[in-house]
Amino acid sequence: MKKKKSIEVKTQTVGRNRRNFLKVSGLALAGSSLLLASCSDDDDSGNMMGGGTFDLGTGDVGVLNYAYALEQLEAAFYTNVVNGSFYASASADEKAILLDLYNHEVNHREFFKAAIGANVPMEQQLTADLEFDFSSVDFGNRDSVLGTARVLEDTGVSAYNGAGQYIQTAVYLTLAGKIVSVEARHAAAIRSIINGSADYTAFAGDDIIDDNGLDLAASPAEVISAAGGFFVTPFTYNNPGA
Amino acid sequence: MNLIKFLDEFTTDKMQEPMTSRRAMFGQLGSLGKKAALAAVPFGLATASNKAMAQSTGDVVGVLNLALTLEYLEDEFYAMALDSGVLSNNAKAEAIYMQISKHESQHVDFLTAAIEGAGADPVAKPSFDFTVGGTFDPFNENGAGQATAYAQLLALAQAFEDTGVRAYKGQAANLMGSAGVLTAALQIHSVEARHASEIRRLRGLEGWITGNERGAGMPAATQAVYDGATTEANIIQGGLDVTTLGSGSPFTMDAATQAYDEILTGDEAVTIASLFIES
Repeated sequence: MKKKKSIEVKTQTVGRNRRNFLKVSGLALAGSSLLLASCSDDDDSGNMMGGGTFDLGTGDVGVLNYAYALEQLEAAFYTNVVNGSFYASASADEKAILLDLYNHEVNHREFFKAAIGANVPMEQQLTADLEFDFSSVDFGNRDSVLGTARVLEDTGVSAYNGAGQYIQTAVYLTLAGKIVSVEARHAAAIRSIINGSADYTAFAGDDIIDDNGLDLAASPAEVISAAGGFFVTPFTYNNPGA
Repeated sequence: MNLIKFLDEFTTDKMQEPMTSRRAMFGQLGSLGKKAALAAVPFGLATASNKAMAQSTGDVVGVLNLALTLEYLEDEFYAMALDSGVLSNNAKAEAIYMQISKHESQHVDFLTAAIEGAGADPVAKPSFDFTVGGTFDPFNENGAGQATAYAQLLALAQAFEDTGVRAYKGQAANLMGSAGVLTAALQIHSVEARHASEIRRLRGLEGWITGNERGAGMPAATQAVYDGATTEANIIQGGLDVTTLGSGSPFTMDAATQAYDEILTGDEAVTIASLFIES
């Protein structure tokens, strides 16, 4: 077994990176409380590593846990938005969209909780109680809430698109497909209401769709480093491929 | 490769068995008239030639050719829409159609290159009839008037985009083991979903699908887009009833069906596309 190379970002840098994360479109930044490891051929399938850090696992187990982590994040964010009575200037249309997104993401979260509970050995199950840090989000501010929603939805799309190749069972791949297209519908709606008449093409803008007409796809390492600022509970995803 | 021959060979699922559902489908589409029934050529061919299961699971080129057929349809539709002048008084709709048109054109080029790269022949571009034998007049060519044409132009776009999302999703499992192709197909799939969301919102609907509702203003003939062997109203995901996983608004029928898009089989996608294919 090769030695793991872990990159641990110190806590004091997290705040700054989290702010940057919100400025950038979502996939460029490193910086988080996560341990990002590489160069491991460890074949463990989701477990506690020596240091007590949970690894999401490999193959189907890894993708299920990965999706569960992202859905927990999205659901926690929209729960804060909804429980905070939205931002003061939210229109009825915006509230309706955000409430729908809350409903969908909570349903996704509970689906993965149940699916993992039924199909993954106990010691390989990601905790249902990931902790998040949303201190970088101003829940009273439209730009902050919608900007964060855009990053989370675009990141969700890129994550599912990038992880499809690691799924080994057809039914799980189809399930991921059922969810990712809803995330893409969300992303388009959020981008559309952010930009309004300033840019009617933002729903599938040139900033995210490439010259082949392809959407974002990102590796787990890219996604975790982009969204990592929100995760308080550390975990790794060392070997997505089986 | 000839389109009809391709469609004939693309018989993934039990073409012989579901005669009743096929009849039901014809009944549903009855309002489109005889032309629509005649347009559904693949049914007849598949039944006659008895080539059920001709497409084996994992036929990557077959999947790509199905995708290319759907992209040809969308590409030509948006190009004709932009040429028709029906959108010229609506800056928002025109900008949205231009962006989508660009993507569909890119998808045609990308899939063509991918099929050729695999050493196979891309299916030939069919001749399309977006009026479905005069039932619609989306380009205002036959005197429907600007308002009617505009409404039909948006309704057809919604039908094509929601079909595209479901069709790509239905083929993903056939691409397992071809990581590069699968990832690209997923990347097209989510672009179609972004398109679908925007067109639906342009029409005054939500970006997501509730139950198997086609939504206000959609012609009854488009109901097939939301039905199928697994309808958009499905609530059983991976064997779990997703209305029972908790309480409150996330677990209502509405939320639970909106939160998951469903697949169309290859045959179902071909059937819908065939309504608009002359030859």
